[in-house]
Amino acid sequence: MKTLIVLLAALLAAQVPAAQAALRVLACEPEWAALVRELGGDRVNVAAATSAAQDPHRVEARPSLIARARNADLLVCTGADLEVGWLPVLLRESANPAIQPGRPGHFMAADWVVLLDRPARLDRAEGDVHPQGNPHLHLDPRNIARVAEALARRLASLDPANADRYGERQRDFTARWQAAVAGWEARAAPLRGLAVVSQHKGFVYLYAWLGLREVAVLEPKPGLEPSAAHLARVLDSLRRSPARMVVRAAYESPRASEWLAARAPLRVVALPYTVGGGERARDLFGLFDETLARLLGAAP
Amino acid sequence: MLPRSLLAGALLAAIPPAFADAEIDALRDEIRAMKQLYESRLAELEARLQAAEARPAPTQAAPAEAASARASAFNPEISLILQGQYAHRDDIPERGITGFMPADDHGHGAERGFSVEHTELVLSANVDPYWRGYANLAILDDEVELEEAWFQSLGLGGGVSLKGGRFYSGLGYLNERHPHAWDFADAPLMYQALFGERFSHDGLQLKWLAPTETFLEFGLEAGRGQNFPGTDRDGNGVGAWSAFAKTGGDVGASHSWRAGLAWLRARPEERAGHWEDVNGVETETEFTGSSRSWVADFVWKWAPDGNPRTRNLTLQAEWFWREEDGELSCDDADPADPSACSGGSTGDYDARQSGWYAQAVYQFMPRWRVGVRYDRLDGGSLDFGANDANLDDPGYDPSRASLMLDWSPSEFSRLRLQYARDKSMQGIAEDQWTLQYIMSLGSHGAHRF
Repeated sequence: MKTLIVLLAALLAAQVPAAQAALRVLACEPEWAALVRELGGDRVNVAAATSAAQDPHRVEARPSLIARARNADLLVCTGADLEVGWLPVLLRESANPAIQPGRPGHFMAADWVVLLDRPARLDRAEGDVHPQGNPHLHLDPRNIARVAEALARRLASLDPANADRYGERQRDFTARWQAAVAGWEARAAPLRGLAVVSQHKGFVYLYAWLGLREVAVLEPKPGLEPSAAHLARVLDSLRRSPARMVVRAAYESPRASEWLAARAPLRVVALPYTVGGGERARDLFGLFDETLARLLGAAP
Repeated sequence: MLPRSLLAGALLAAIPPAFADAEIDALRDEIRAMKQLYESRLAELEARLQAAEARPAPTQAAPAEAASARASAFNPEISLILQGQYAHRDDIPERGITGFMPADDHGHGAERGFSVEHTELVLSANVDPYWRGYANLAILDDEVELEEAWFQSLGLGGGVSLKGGRFYSGLGYLNERHPHAWDFADAPLMYQALFGERFSHDGLQLKWLAPTETFLEFGLEAGRGQNFPGTDRDGNGVGAWSAFAKTGGDVGASHSWRAGLAWLRARPEERAGHWEDVNGVETETEFTGSSRSWVADFVWKWAPDGNPRTRNLTLQAEWFWREEDGELSCDDADPADPSACSGGSTGDYDARQSGWYAQAVYQFMPRWRVGVRYDRLDGGSLDFGANDANLDDPGYDPSRASLMLDWSPSEFSRLRLQYARDKSMQGIAEDQWTLQYIMSLGSHGAHRF
C-alpha cells in the first residue's frame, strides 16, 4: 500500500506541469484557439477542445477534455448554445471555478457580436434550434475583429502584467486583418448574388458577408440528418430555382451533397469551416484564403 | 497638395504664348503627374472610408441582446423523459438470479406486454454562485420515487467538488446513468445482482480531480446505506462507504478511453431475502454482517477523427467481486410448506461471488446503432456454516446474451428493438423480445463520455 502511495505521488509530481507564467487557455473550437494564439503569442498556452474534423455540436465531455478544463485559466467558446450538448457537463466535471459562467475566465464569442437567424419559434419540431441565433458566427471575418477586441481586453484583465502586450498584438492583428478583409472582399466580387445550397445552416454569416444567396438546406431541420425524402424535395426546388454550388463543411459527411450534385447541375464545395479544415487553413488568414479560393473555384 | 496644384494651374494659364513648346510640355507633364498623385490619394481615402463603413460598429448592442436571451436561464432547466416498451416474455411467476441473494428490484422491464416505464422529471439549476441543485423524480402510476435530489458545489477550487443529498454513486461506469441513457433496454445482470439496478447514497460525495494532463479523479462517498446490499438502520454514523478512482485519455484523434476502480462497503442488518432449501422449498432469510464489493470498469470509444456523427464504436466492460460474511438465519416462507429451516436456524454465512459483462455498440450510419452484450455471473463459493445441511448451493453460473438495434430520428428520440437469450435462472433458457421507446422533452441533455 505504501509503495502504491509513493508511486502515485511520483506520478502526480511528474505530471503536474511546472509552474509557468503562460495563461492556460482552453478553446472550444479551433478558430478561437487560433485567435488566442494571434493575440497571446507566447504568453498563452492554448488547446482546442475540438478539431476541424469534428462537429462542434456533437462531441462528448471526454476524460482528456475534463482534465484540460480542470487546469484552464480561460475558456474561449462560441456560445449561443453551440456547445450546449457537452460544455455544461465539461464545466461541471472540471470542478474549476475560474471558468464557470459569469467569471472572467468564461469568454463566449457570441456575447460580442449581433447574431443572425434568431428563431421566431422555439420548438424542437424546428430541429436543434438555438434560441439566441445562429452560432456559426466566425465565418464573417468582421466578427473575428470584434471578438478579437473583446478577447484582448479579457486576456489583459486575466494577465495584467502583460496587458500592454495583448493590446499591442491586438492592434497589430486588427490592422493586418482589416487589410486582409478588404482584399477578400475585392476578390469575392464575382460571388455576389450567387445561389447556393448548404448542408447545414452553418454558413449564414459567410453568405451575409459575401452576398451569397442560400436557396436550400440539405438538413430538413437543423441538426437532423438529410433524409431521402427531403433531398428529393430540394432537388425538385432546384429545378425551379437553380443554384451554382452545394456547400458543406469539411467535418460533414459528403454523401448528401454528392447525391445532389450527381442529379443537379451544381458543384460540390467542401469548405474548411475552421482552422485546420484544409491544406491552407493553418491560421485564420489561411482559413478565409482557402474558403474564398474554394468558392471562387466553383463560381462562373 | 490642393493649393499647389491650383497654383500650378494658375501658372499654366498665365504662361504667355511666346514660351517654347518644350517648356510647356514639361510643365504639362508635371501637372499630369501631380493630378495622378492627387487622384490616387483620393481613391485611397475613399477606399479607407468604405472599409471603415463596412467595419463593425463598436460592440454595444450585442451584450444587451445576449442578456435578454438568457433571461430564461433563471428558470430551472426542465426535462421529461418518456419511456415505455412492449415486452415479450415467458410466463415465469417469480423472477430472480439463481444463486444470488435477491436485491430489491426496481421493476424495470419486469412487465409483460405493453407497459409505460418510469417517466422521469428532471429539474436543475444553479442555486447561487456557490451551488447547483438537481432533482430527478421517477413517476409511475400512484408512486413518485425520488431517484436523485442533490446539491453540488460550483466553486470550491483545487479540483474539489462536494455533492450532498440523494445521488447515484460514482462507482462503476453505468451506475450514474439513468435508464434512458443505457445502450440496452435493461441493466446488465451484474448490476441487477449487485444492487438491484444501481447503488444510490443518501449522503455526501467528495471528489478530487488531480491537476494532471491525464484525467485522474478520486471520489469518496459516505451515506445512509439503506439500499441493497445494505439495509436501512436506526443509528448514527455511516451505513455505507464507497470510494473510486478513475482515469482516462485519448489515443490519437480517433480513440479515447476511461478506466475505473471502485469499492463499496455496506453493513446490512437483518437484510430480508429468500432462498431455496436443499429440497427446493422456499425459505425466508435474514442476513446481518458485512458486504464488500469491488467494481472495475473500462470503456473504449472510437470515431473517425473523433467525429462520431456518422460512425462510432463503443466497447465497454465491467467486472465485480463481492464478499459477504456474517450471520444468516432462515425460516419457513410459508408455514403450510415446511422447509429444512422449520422453527428457524442460524448459521455463519460467507459468500464470494463475481461477475462481468462486456458489450459493443456500433453506429454504422447516422441514426442507426447495433449492439451486442454478454453477461455472466460466477456463483462462486457459498458457505452457510451450520445451515449448509439446510440450504441449497446451486453451483450455477447465470448468463445472458443480448442483441439490440436502435434508431434515433434525432438526438431527442430513440426506438429500440432488443433480443436476449436469458439463462439467469437455473433450468430456464428464455427468449426475450423488447421494443422500446425513449423520448426526451425539454432542456438539451448533455453528452457524457
